[in-house]
This record gives sequence, structure tokens and C-alpha cells, in this order.
Amino acid sequence: MAASLFVQGLINGLNQGAIYALIALGYTMVYGIIRMINFAHGDFIMIGAYTLFYTIPLMVNAGMPAWMAVIIAIVVCALVGVLVEILAYKPVRKAGSMSALITALAMSIFLENLAMVLFGAKPHNVQAIFQLPTVRVGSVSLPLNVLLTIAIGLLIMLGMQFFVKKTNLGKAMRAVPQDKDASTLVGINVDRIITLTFAIGSGLAAVAALMYCSTYPRVTNDMGSMMGMKAFIAAVLGGIGVIPGAMLGGILVGLIEIFVKLFAPGWYEAVTYGTLIVILLVKPSGILGKNLGEKV
Amino acid sequence: MAVETKTAPVLRCQHLGIQFGGLKAVDDFNLEIGESELVGLIGPNGAGKTTTLRTITGLEKAASGSIVFDGHDLTKITPSKIITLKLAYVPEGRHIFPQMTVAENLEMGTYADKAGMAGTMEDVYARFPRLSERRRQLAGTLSGGEQQMLAVGRALMAKPKMILMDEPSMGLSPLLVQEIFDIIQEVNRAGITVLLVEQNAKMALSISNRAYVLETGTISIEGSAAELMDDPRVKKAYLGQ
Amino acid sequence: MGKKIRISYLLNAVGVTLIFAVLSGLFSAGVFGTSTTYIQGICTTACYTIIMVASLNLVVGFMGEFSLGHAGFVSVGAYASAIVSGLLTGKGLPDLGLFLVALLAGGLAAGVMGVLVGIPALRLRGDYLAIVTMAFAEIIRVCFCNFAITGGKTMSGILKLSTFPRAFWVMVVCVSIMFLFVRSKFGRTIRAIREDYIAASASGINVTFYKVMTFAISAFFAGIGGSIYAHYMTAMIPTNFNFAYSAELLSEVIIGGTGSLTGSVIGAAFLSVLPEAMRDFATYRMLAYSVVLVLVMLFRPGGIFGHWEFSLTHLLDKITRRESVKEGA
Repeated sequence: MAASLFVQGLINGLNQGAIYALIALGYTMVYGIIRMINFAHGDFIMIGAYTLFYTIPLMVNAGMPAWMAVIIAIVVCALVGVLVEILAYKPVRKAGSMSALITALAMSIFLENLAMVLFGAKPHNVQAIFQLPTVRVGSVSLPLNVLLTIAIGLLIMLGMQFFVKKTNLGKAMRAVPQDKDASTLVGINVDRIITLTFAIGSGLAAVAALMYCSTYPRVTNDMGSMMGMKAFIAAVLGGIGVIPGAMLGGILVGLIEIFVKLFAPGWYEAVTYGTLIVILLVKPSGILGKNLGEKV
Repeated sequence: MAVETKTAPVLRCQHLGIQFGGLKAVDDFNLEIGESELVGLIGPNGAGKTTTLRTITGLEKAASGSIVFDGHDLTKITPSKIITLKLAYVPEGRHIFPQMTVAENLEMGTYADKAGMAGTMEDVYARFPRLSERRRQLAGTLSGGEQQMLAVGRALMAKPKMILMDEPSMGLSPLLVQEIFDIIQEVNRAGITVLLVEQNAKMALSISNRAYVLETGTISIEGSAAELMDDPRVKKAYLGQ
Repeated sequence: MGKKIRISYLLNAVGVTLIFAVLSGLFSAGVFGTSTTYIQGICTTACYTIIMVASLNLVVGFMGEFSLGHAGFVSVGAYASAIVSGLLTGKGLPDLGLFLVALLAGGLAAGVMGVLVGIPALRLRGDYLAIVTMAFAEIIRVCFCNFAITGGKTMSGILKLSTFPRAFWVMVVCVSIMFLFVRSKFGRTIRAIREDYIAASASGINVTFYKVMTFAISAFFAGIGGSIYAHYMTAMIPTNFNFAYSAELLSEVIIGGTGSLTGSVIGAAFLSVLPEAMRDFATYRMLAYSVVLVLVMLFRPGGIFGHWEFSLTHLLDKITRRESVKEGA
């Protein structure tokens, strides 16, 4: 009995963790390139979820598979991400980290309230995307869409890691934060790479939205800030700016959440934040982060 | 006094003016460099040497005047496109990518143009055996001299027509300075035009064909390296004689 | 010199009393008719918001560090004062005495929390410090959700001790102390640390001590603000003090001007009145707010008032000088 409870927790934790990991990836990529906490990133998921809410019925009516809606969601999210970057973040980039932080906070408030004005404060139910059965192994129930979520998460992580390590654009994305002038001199258009990073990070938020909705099919205008915060913790825990760190951090936060909920339901957030504090004090660069020391 | 360049100029700056936070940093700067020349630009700290190089490569904006490289007006080109014209810049303080390996750093040198990369990489390793030994090491862990070599090597990867070198001797031991200057000379002998900015006037003049002296934002003296070495003003101010 | 300072204190005291007299005159004359209580409430809100925002500015503006967890200290003050006033009810203390004891308890509790959080957290700087302060505030919130003494989800039945005159004068005293603090030798040291902490520690300043102290003082006043809040609202839930509230306080500091207490006072007052004035457009309120915030960042990154401080003495000086110029001409 205890063992099956544990396995069940493990599966749910991994499911939750894979979603956080994907969101954390967006935070990590943006922080990695411009050293800015993009507080609005969580809200990109909300945008992705609303897009799914409106496009899934369209897809179904047109006789196409429901998951195709995610392509539209990716495009919408990437577009919003790029717009936010160009209109709000780029102009304040030289003004220092305080301005960047406040602008990001403001964009988050803006998107949440814009969504409330446009879609109302009532939650919407997203139509199911995958109709997958639940398999029972002993007393453990194993919804196959959870497995799918974990698999998609892993696949995207590996894909991103490959992209950043092996492709020309990926290398440029790594080069820019290391030395902007040197990047320009070897022919990298720094502004374009930053915009591209935002597009990819925000596009991934749409995938995260898909995965989230397949587990919890509810959309609200403030869903992004809650999840965003946890995913952000995940990114910092694993080592912000490091892609495998986002994966590790996400899964860690997911597991902590599910297991603490089993024993002390009211305290899971405190434990998550507590872990974050301990890690930051012991190793500010996160578990997998390289210790470079904060540049002043 | 003015020296005729032997061939058509590769780089020509005319009446170049640079503003820095409302102040004139460089004023009426004129410079002409012919093909395969090695030209020195010397002068005291704060004279505007680095600012000039940064303006030529588009990292700073020119307030007035023109910069023409190989028939292209550089003031109208985005800085990231400069390298595609085969003009490379090795900035002051080395500016390598510290968290990439030596090999990756060299590879970044061909970011704008991947053709023929493999061959060039072997050429660079042949010129800098020490980089070859450390090709899998992170660039940030190299010594100062090795980082300078890497920066030069990365510039060479793009097969440039011309290299701008900013203070290559900075922070290096005399032995390493000699080594770097030998490399610059070799690079030049291979047919690459070099503009060498240096505070170490003696070293710079010893390898240059011609040189300019930049003082408080304007060219005060120009001539062949031999002429400058005999110039009493240069002797007094820069050669310590 | 001493005489000049005394005169300027006197001038400021007269100015503040005038504002108070005008406001309470308006209230007692019943100019606002049936909405008098309502407007009085808005003014009370403005008073405690001013204290919270100004106290946050001590950390953000004068120490130059982010804090995204100010609401945590506000909540510690709010709950501690509510518990104390609850325990002391019916012990024969007059209302005013009870109010002041509760305030002090709230401030001290928050100050102690400031020390406890500050010692580990202030080893970090920049973004990382911001994250850690946020994490601490969230932990505090979760604790209040779970402790029996804070009533679990809701704490209600708190005495309504925060009247407008009390809130106003507490605000005046708090802001004056913060102003003196910034002008003191201690305040100068803090600014020296902000400008260059390596140079500061090289010249023998115990950087950690000064930082933790400033953090604690900031938390103390946040706690006092929270105490007024608790005894004005009379009921509260821990979720009131979430990340969004911290972010709101921080953005008010930024809009007013980092490093300008005048900016904090005017900014906080304006931003507490504005939402009420815009009640009919409530849905668009936060939208407009975020747009304003972005615009301020784009065009006045230092905030509306920057480092500028209002001074009645200077203003009077200017007016009298202009008059004397006129006479001369």
C-alpha cells in the first residue's frame, strides 16, 4: 500500500515536474541571454491556454486532430513574446536591472488584466486534447496522457540541448551573454538573437500550456502567475541559464509539491520556497549552475 | 611630410568625428591604409584610439566624416555585417567567449561564413600550437597570452583582408609581447593588412611600415615608422629618449 | 546654523498641521455629506500605504537593493499587532494606548523578522536577493495560513482602532523619523555602501551590519503600516499579503522615485486615491496602472521625482527671494 502510494506520487510528481520544467526552460533561456527575470513568462502560458480554448473547437469542427491547435498556440505565444520584448524590454535594456525587473512585473500585470478585460474573470474549460485511457498496474493508476506529458517534456529538453550545443543559432545564443561585443564582431546580430530567444521561450510556453491543460483543463486569467512563480523557482533551483538545470529543477519542484501535499497539505509551498532559499544560500548559481560570481 | 601609399587604400577615414556623451572624443581624423600595409596608431591613454577602432567597426556611431573599407561605406553598415566584408577586429581586453572551448571559439570566428572552416582551423592550430593542445579546454581557463592568441586566431578564421588590433600587448609579459608581435608580423607577411593600435610605441614602430600619432582626439604626427622613430617629439613623449 | 534647522523644523510642523487641519475641518464640516466616512477611509488607506512604501524605499532607494517581499513584513506587523490588541482588550487600557501598544508590537515583531530574514538573505545581491526576499515572504504567508493563533484562513474581529487622525499622525511621525534616518550619519553610510560596497568595506565599514540594520528598520516601519492596516480593516486573510501586494508596493516606490521619500509619500497617496476615483473603470484600473508603470520606466527610469526631496524651507526661500527681486526691479 505504502509502496503504491509512493509510486503514484512519483508519477504525479513527474507529470507536474515536466510541466514546470518546460516553463522553467523559458525563464532560463531569457535569463541566460539578457540576465532578466521575465515575470511575464508565466502569463504566456495563460495566453497559450486561451488560444487552445478558442482553437480546439475550430480544429475539431474542421475535422482536424485537436492537437493541431497547439501549432496556432505556439505561433500566438511566440508573437506575443516577441512583441513584449521589442515594445517594452528592449527600450529599457540599457537602463539597468531595476528598470528591467519593474518593466517585467508591469508586463505581467498588464497581460493578466488584459486577459480579464478580454475573456472575463470566470474560468473556462478547455476541451480535452488527448483521449487516452488510464492503465492500472496493481493499485497504481497510470493515465497515459501523463506518460505522454513526461515524454514530450523530455523530448523538448533534449531537442533544446541539441539546438543550443550544435546549431549555429544555438551557439550564437550561448555566445551573446558571454560577450556582446565579441558576438557582434564575429557577425552575430545580437538584437535578432535576443528576439529569437524570446520567440522560442514563449513558443515553449504554448507547449507547456497544452501539457497543463491535458492534466487540468481549466483556464483563468491569473493561472500564469502561480505556475510561473513555481517554474521560476525550478529554474533557479536547477541553475538559471542552464538547460538541464531547468529540467532537474522542474522535476524537483514537482516531486516536492506532490509528496509534501501527501503528508502536510498546507505546507507544500513553504517547503518549496524553503528549498529555494537553502539552495540559493549554499550555491547561488543553482544545482547545475556554473559558479561565476555575480558581476557587479 | 605626408606619405604616399603604394597601392589603392583599403581603409580610408576622412574628417571622422566622434562624439562621446556630448563631448568631442575624436575630431577631424584622417587615415589611409594601403593593401598589405602594417600601420601603427600610437598615442597616450585616453587619446581616442580604442574609440576610433570601435567606430570603424560600427560599435560606436560616427558623428561626422566617412569611413570607407574596400569600397564599402562602413558608417552605413550594421556592426554585425562588418565581418562579412572581411574586416576583423581583435578588441582590447581580448573578448573571447570564456565558457566555450577553444575550438568553439575558433568556430564562432566563421559564424558569418562557414565555407572552408575546417582547413582554416588547422591553419590556425599550425600557427598557434599551444591552442591546438588546448582545443577542448574552456577559453576562460586559458592564460592571458593564450587568450590573446585565441582572439587573433578567431579573427583569422574569417579569412580577413584586414585586421584591426587593439592593444595586443596589454597585460602580457615582455616575452609574450614579443611572441604576439612576431605573430602580427607573420600575419601581415601573409598578405593581411593590419592596423595596430598600441600604447607600447617602441614595439609598434619596430614592426610597422607607417604610423600615426593620435593625441587628444586628433592626429598630431604621421609618417613612416623610421621617420617617427627619429622625430624628436615622438622620441621625447613615447620612446623615453 | 542650529537656528536655521530649528526654523525649518518649525515650518514643516506648521505645514503638516495645516494639512491635517484642512482635512479634518472638511470632514467635520460635512462637506462630503454622506461619503465623509468613505473619504476618511481612503485617507486612512493613503496614510498606511505611505508608511509601507516609504519604508520599502529605505531598502530600494537608499540601500540600492531589490526587495520583493515587503508584504511579508507588513503581514507580520499586522498579525502581531492584532494578536496583541486582542490579548489586551478589556485590560483597562484606553483605546489610544491600546492602539500605540499594538503598533509598537507590530513594528517590533516585523523588525525582528527583518533581522532574521536579513542575516541570511543580505549575503546575496541583485536579482538573487529579490528572489530570496520573495521566498521568505511566501513562507511567512504560508505560516499564517496554517497557524491556529492567526485564525487559519481568516482573522476577524480585530478592534477598529485606526481612525484617520491617528493614522495621519503616526504617518507623520514615521516619515519624519525615516527622513532623519536618511539624513543621519547612518544614512550616509548606507548610501556609501550603495555607491561602492567594496570601497565601503575597505574603509572599515561593517557592511553586513549596516545592511541588516537598514533592512530591519525598513521592516519595523512596514510592520507599523501593517498594524494600522489590521486595525482599520478589522479582518484579514494571509492571501492579502501575497507576491502581488509586494510587487504593488515596489512599483509605487519606483513610480514615486527611488531615493526620494517625497516621491514615496506623493506616489503612495496618489495611487491609493486614484483607484477609488476610478471606481467606475475598475476593470481597466490595473491595466492603466501597468501601462503607466511601463511608461515611467521608458521615459523616467529614476521615477517621477528621482532623487528630489520637497522642502518647505526652500520653497518659502524661493518665493520670498522672487518677491525681493521684484521689489528690486
